[in-house]
Amino acid sequence: MEGLYAITTGVLTACGLYLTLRGRTFPVVVGLTLLSYAVNLFLFSMGGLTTDGAAIVDGPASYADPLPQALVLTAIVIGFAMTAFVVILAMRARSEAGNDHVDGREEERQ
Amino acid sequence: MTLLWIALLPLLGVLVPVLTARRGRHFCSLATALLPALALLLTLAQLPALNAGEALRFSVDWIPGLGLDLAFRLDGLSLLFNLLIIGIGLLILLYAHYYLSPEEPFGRFYAYLILFMASMVGIVMSDNLLLLWLYWELTSLSSFLLIGFWSYRSDARKGARMALAVTGAGGLALLAGLILLGNMVGSFDMNVVLASGELIVADSLYPVMLILVLLGAFTKSAQFPFHFWLPHAMAAPTPVSAYLHSATMVKAGIFLLARLHPAIAGSELWSVIVPLVGIVTMLYGAWFALIKTDLKSILAFSTVSHLGLITVLLGIGSPMAVLAALFHILNHATFKAALFMSTGIIDHETGTRELGHLGGLRRAMPVTALLTTVAAAAMAGLPLLNGFLSKEMFFTETLVTPVLGGLSWIMPVLATLGGVLSVAYSLRLVYAVFFKPARQAPPKSPHEPPHLMRLPVELLVVLCVLVGIFPAALATGLLGLATQAVLGEALTFYLAVWHGFNLPLAMSFVAIVAGIALYWRHPYLKSFAKSFQPVDARLVFESAMQCLARRAESGLARFDGGSLQRYMGLLLFAALVMGTLGLAGMGALTGSRGNQPLDGVLLLGAGLLIFGGIGTVLTHRHRLISLLMLSVVGLVVALTFARFSAPDLALTQLSVEVVTMILLMLALFFLPQKTASESSPRRNLRDIALAGSLGTVIASLNYAVLTRDNDPISGFFMENSVPGGGGHNVVNVILVDFRGFDTLGEITVLALAGLAIFKLLNRLRLFMPHSDNEGRLWSPDCYPMILTTISQAILPLALLVSAFIFLRGHNMPGGGFIAGLITAVALILVYMARGVEWVQYRLDFPYQPVAIAGVAIATLTGLGSWLFGKPFLTSAFGYFHLPLVGKFELATAMLFDLGVYLAVVGATLMILANLGKVTTAHRPVKQPASSDTERSTKEKR
Repeated sequence: MEGLYAITTGVLTACGLYLTLRGRTFPVVVGLTLLSYAVNLFLFSMGGLTTDGAAIVDGPASYADPLPQALVLTAIVIGFAMTAFVVILAMRARSEAGNDHVDGREEERQ
Repeated sequence: MTLLWIALLPLLGVLVPVLTARRGRHFCSLATALLPALALLLTLAQLPALNAGEALRFSVDWIPGLGLDLAFRLDGLSLLFNLLIIGIGLLILLYAHYYLSPEEPFGRFYAYLILFMASMVGIVMSDNLLLLWLYWELTSLSSFLLIGFWSYRSDARKGARMALAVTGAGGLALLAGLILLGNMVGSFDMNVVLASGELIVADSLYPVMLILVLLGAFTKSAQFPFHFWLPHAMAAPTPVSAYLHSATMVKAGIFLLARLHPAIAGSELWSVIVPLVGIVTMLYGAWFALIKTDLKSILAFSTVSHLGLITVLLGIGSPMAVLAALFHILNHATFKAALFMSTGIIDHETGTRELGHLGGLRRAMPVTALLTTVAAAAMAGLPLLNGFLSKEMFFTETLVTPVLGGLSWIMPVLATLGGVLSVAYSLRLVYAVFFKPARQAPPKSPHEPPHLMRLPVELLVVLCVLVGIFPAALATGLLGLATQAVLGEALTFYLAVWHGFNLPLAMSFVAIVAGIALYWRHPYLKSFAKSFQPVDARLVFESAMQCLARRAESGLARFDGGSLQRYMGLLLFAALVMGTLGLAGMGALTGSRGNQPLDGVLLLGAGLLIFGGIGTVLTHRHRLISLLMLSVVGLVVALTFARFSAPDLALTQLSVEVVTMILLMLALFFLPQKTASESSPRRNLRDIALAGSLGTVIASLNYAVLTRDNDPISGFFMENSVPGGGGHNVVNVILVDFRGFDTLGEITVLALAGLAIFKLLNRLRLFMPHSDNEGRLWSPDCYPMILTTISQAILPLALLVSAFIFLRGHNMPGGGFIAGLITAVALILVYMARGVEWVQYRLDFPYQPVAIAGVAIATLTGLGSWLFGKPFLTSAFGYFHLPLVGKFELATAMLFDLGVYLAVVGATLMILANLGKVTTAHRPVKQPASSDTERSTKEKR
C-alpha cells in the first residue's frame, strides 16, 4: 500500500513539474495545481497511512495523525488562494504583454 | 530627561515647517526656529551642572538584544558642538529666509535643514556607539537631500549622489569599525568604551578597527584622498554649504576623532596615520584653494585644508594639541560660515561667483566688503582675530611633536607652507572681489543685501574679532569643558593674545609675508597650474560609477536572463541534485515498518489518480479537456483523504476543488483555448527527464518515510484536545487553538490574496473572444432555466449545511474553513445560475470588508485574552445548560473560527465574484440591449 501511495505521489509530482516547465501560462497554472495535490498528499502521508481511524477523540481507538491534517487543511485553502492569484496574474500579464508566455515575450523560433 | 528633549526637539521641529509652510514664509521661518531655539536654551541651562562637574547622561533601553540604547550625554564636547550646530543653524535659517527665491519650496528646505540639524545634534549627544552610527547615517541622508535640493540641476544631482556614495560607504566602514570596537570592550555604551583605551589598543584586531573607524571619519570630513566630494557638494544652495561645510557635517568626522580619542588614540598607528593624512589634506586643499576661480570652490578647498589642520592636531594628540584642535573647530566654524554667507550674498546680488567676472565691489557693497575682509583675515590667521590664535597654537604643537621621529622637523615647515598658502588664497579672495577693478560688469548691478540677511554674517564676524581680542574671557570656559571631556581630566591653560617673540610668531610672520609675495606672483602660479591637465573628480567618479553599474549588469545577466522558464528548470535541477544526494546517502530504501496490504479500491484510486495526472499532461494543449482531467485528480485526492481517515481534509478538498475548477474555467475564457506546440523535441525530452527524475526522487522519499517508524508530537495534541481545548475534533482544535497563530497568519494571507486579485483585476484590459477556436460563437443563453430553479432551492439548504458544519466543527469533522467554503460555493452557484447583476442587486455589498472583518475578528479574539492577562490567543471554554437545547459548549475558539469562516467566504467570493464580473462585462450576447430590457421587465413582473 505504501509503495503504491508513493508511486502515485511521484507520478503526480512528475506530471505537475512537467507542466510547470511549459512556456505558456495556463499549463503552468494547471501544473502548479497538480503539484499542490501531490505536495498535499505527500505532507498528509507524513503521519503515516491510517485505515479506519476514528474521526474524533473519544475513548481508545486509532486515529490518523491530526497534525499533518491540520497543516494540509490550511495548505489546501491557501493553495486555492495562490492558484487564483497566479491565474489572475496570468490574465493580467496577457493583457499587459500581449501574449501568454511566462517570460512575457514570445520565444524566437529557431 | 532634559537631555532627551534637547535631542528630540529638533527632530520634532522637522514637522513644523511642513505643517506651517502654507501660512506664508515669515510665519514658517519663525515657527521653524522655535523648537531648535528651545533646544539651544535647554542646552545652555545645563551649563551650571556641567561647570559643577556633573556627568549628564540619559538612557532608555531600545533594542537591548543588539546593545542599542536610546542613550544621550551632554559633556563639554557635546556642548561645544551643540552650540555650534544649533546656534549657526539658527543664523543659517535667518539667512535662508532671504536667500531662497519666493517660488522655491521653502517648507521642504527648512524641513531638510532641521532634519540635518537634529541628526547632527544626535551624533554629538549619543552615548551609545550604535545610536551614534544611526544619526551618522541620518546626516548622510539629509545632506544628500540638501545638496540635491535644486534637483533640476544636473550638477546638484551628481554632487549629491557623489556625497552620498562617499559618505555612505564611509558610514558602512564606520559601522563595521564600531561593531568591532563594541565587541572588544563587550559594550556599546560610550562610557565603557571611553574608559577601556588600553584594552582596545592591546586588542589584536585594533589596527583593523582603527582603519575602519578612520575611513568613516575621513570620508565624512573630506580628508585626502576622499576630499573630492566636498567641492562638488557646492552645487547646493549657499545656506546649505555654509551650514554643512563650515560648522557641521564635515566636522562630524573630526568630532568622532575627538570623541573616541581616549579609546582609540593611544597607539603608534594613530599618531602616524592621522597627522600624515591631515597634513597632506591641508596642503592639497590649500593649493587648490589658491588656483580655483569659483568663490565657493575656493572656500570648499580651504575648508578641506582647515579640516586637515584640525586632523593633524588631533593626530598629535597631546593635551595642548587637543585644545588647539577644539579651538580651531570653533574658530573655523565662525569665520567659514561668515565667508560662505558673504559669498552667497555676493552671488545673490551680482549673479555670479566667478572671480573673473567680479571686482571692485567695495564701492557697491561697502559693509559686505568689510565683513568679508575681516572674516578672510581670520581665515588667513592675522593677529587680533580668532584664526590667529588657534593657528599659533597649531604652529607651537608642530614644533614640539615627535610624530615623525627624526623627520619631525618637517612638520613645522609644512605647517608654515600651509600658512603661506592660506594667506595667499584669503588675500586673493578679498582682493579680487572687492578691490581689483572689474574686468567686465557682473550680470546684475550689485547693491547691499537686506540688513537682516547680513545680520548673521555681522554676528559671526563680531564674534571672530571679540574672540580674537579677548580669548581668555570668551572661550576659556567652553574650551575647558570640551577639553576635559576629550582628555578625561581638567587642563589648566591660558589663552593669551600675545605670547612674546617666539618661534611660532616668526612662523606666522613668514606665512604672512610669503603669502603676500605668493599672491603678488600669482599670474606665474596660474600659468604653472595651467600646465597640468585638470582632472574633474566628477567625471572620474561618474565614469567609475557607470563602469561599476555596467559590470554589475553584465555580471547579473549571466544569472538573470529574464526567462522564468529557464529559472524554473535550474531550480528543479538544483532540487534534483540535492534530493538525489540525500537519497544516495541513505542505507536501505524500505524501512522497518514494511507495507500494509493492498486492496482493489486502493488500486482503482491510484489508477485513477495516475490516469488523471498523465491525462492532464497529455491533453494540455487542449486546455478544457486538460482541466477536466485535472478535476478527476482533485476529486480522487479528496477520496484518498477520506480513505485514510481524514474526513476534515476530504471535505475541504472537495469544496476547494469546486471553486478551483470554477476559477480556472472563468480564467480560461480570457486565455487562449489551446496551447501551440512550440517546445523543440530536445527541450521536451529534457523536461520529461527532469520531471520524471524528480518524481522518482519524491516517490522514493515518500516511500522511505512511510515505511519508517516516526515519533510524532501529535500525542500531546490528542491528550490535551478535550481537557485543554474543549473539543473532540483534534484537527479543528489544532487549527483554532493549539496553532491558532498559524491559522491567523493563513487567513491573513488568504485575505491579502483576495485584495491583491481585486487590485489586479482593476482596470484590466482584456481580450474579448467572441468565439471558440473553431469559430463557434458563445452560447447566448446565459442562465439556463433548470440551473436557476435548482440553485434557488439549494441555496438555503447549503447555507443550513454550512451553519451545521460550522457549529459542530469543534467536536465533529467540520469547522470554519469548510463551512466558509460551502457558503462560498452555494453563493457561487447562484452567481452562475443568475448572473452577477442579479446577485449584486440582492446582495449589495462588497466582499472585501467581509474578509477583513474575518481577520479582524480572529485577531481581536486573540487580543481578548490579553484582557485576562493570558498570552495572545489563549482560548477559554465552558459548558452551559439551556432548557430544551440541553448541555452545550461555548468556546472563544468558536469566535476565532467565525473569523476564519468570514475570511474564507470573503476572500473566495472576492476572487470569484470579481472575476465573474469582469467576464460578464465582456460576454458577447446576441442583442445586449434588448436582452437587458427583457430581463428587467421580467424582474418587474
